[in-house]
Amino acid sequence: MDMNIPYTVEERPDSGLANGKLGIWLFLASEVMLFGALFSTYIILRTGAVEWPHGELNVWLGAINTVILITSSVTMVMAWANLKMHDFGKHRMYLIATFVLAGVFLVNKYFEYADHFGKGEGPWHSTFLAIYFTLTGLHGLHILGGMVVMAYFIGPGAKLWKKNPDQFTNRIEYTGLYWHFVDLVWIFLFPVLYLL
Amino acid sequence: MHSDPASVKASLGKYWMIGGALLVFTVITVAVNLVHLSSVALAITIALIIACMKGSMVASVFMHLSNEKKWIYGALILTVIGFIVLMTVPLFTTMDTIGTHSPAIGIPESHAAGH
Repeated sequence: MDMNIPYTVEERPDSGLANGKLGIWLFLASEVMLFGALFSTYIILRTGAVEWPHGELNVWLGAINTVILITSSVTMVMAWANLKMHDFGKHRMYLIATFVLAGVFLVNKYFEYADHFGKGEGPWHSTFLAIYFTLTGLHGLHILGGMVVMAYFIGPGAKLWKKNPDQFTNRIEYTGLYWHFVDLVWIFLFPVLYLL
Repeated sequence: MHSDPASVKASLGKYWMIGGALLVFTVITVAVNLVHLSSVALAITIALIIACMKGSMVASVFMHLSNEKKWIYGALILTVIGFIVLMTVPLFTTMDTIGTHSPAIGIPESHAAGH
């Protein structure tokens, strides 16, 4: 008996979408609400504070991390585009580049965190650092999650390319959508936390 | 979304160009911060406008939202409505007057307090 999951490659007649595509967008919608709630919390804390610290964070490290994430978004979309052009070798190169850039982002974040904790400035130190660690910590976990998924598609998950290239390409597209969202969140986190 | 090999190949240049534009906007954001504008409100406005521009470029080009199916737009419209509600929550905190003293209009505060 054929037990294949339907609409992993072909589009559903009602939505015109493969199930995975609609699924990842609904997941991203829930992620918007999660980060939206935290941004809303930030506004409440900031507007209610008598004073708000400036210059506590290293703007240059934050800017370098922004450049890293933007570059990783480009390499991610190139990884997907090369699959569409049936060039698995280039796809793999760009996906590995995205994975490495994500790792560099987390290493930078580690140095930032280590600097704060070294001075005894944990989330308990001030309202600003509490929301800073909450927002960047959650974002960092998303980076880590993306890296796990990418590692899977660089490693064992890549076998699917030979068996079902269209399904593999769709999976990389969904990974890319998630990764661009993580980049998008950082695009707002950087000015809100580091500059304003 | 058009994703046949030929149209994808034609889009490669656009992806690199958008990536470059995003990096340029990042440099502008940091430069505005270094200039130390006299008005904090102006600095916040500029930084958030640039962030919105960068975000819309990522969403429309990298996430292909400029050319998607209506089901996805429908889901995102609901999300935007929810997001707007979340962003207005801080306003509700300023509307909460429970426990605050507000004397009746036209009555001097000393009379309202019973002195």
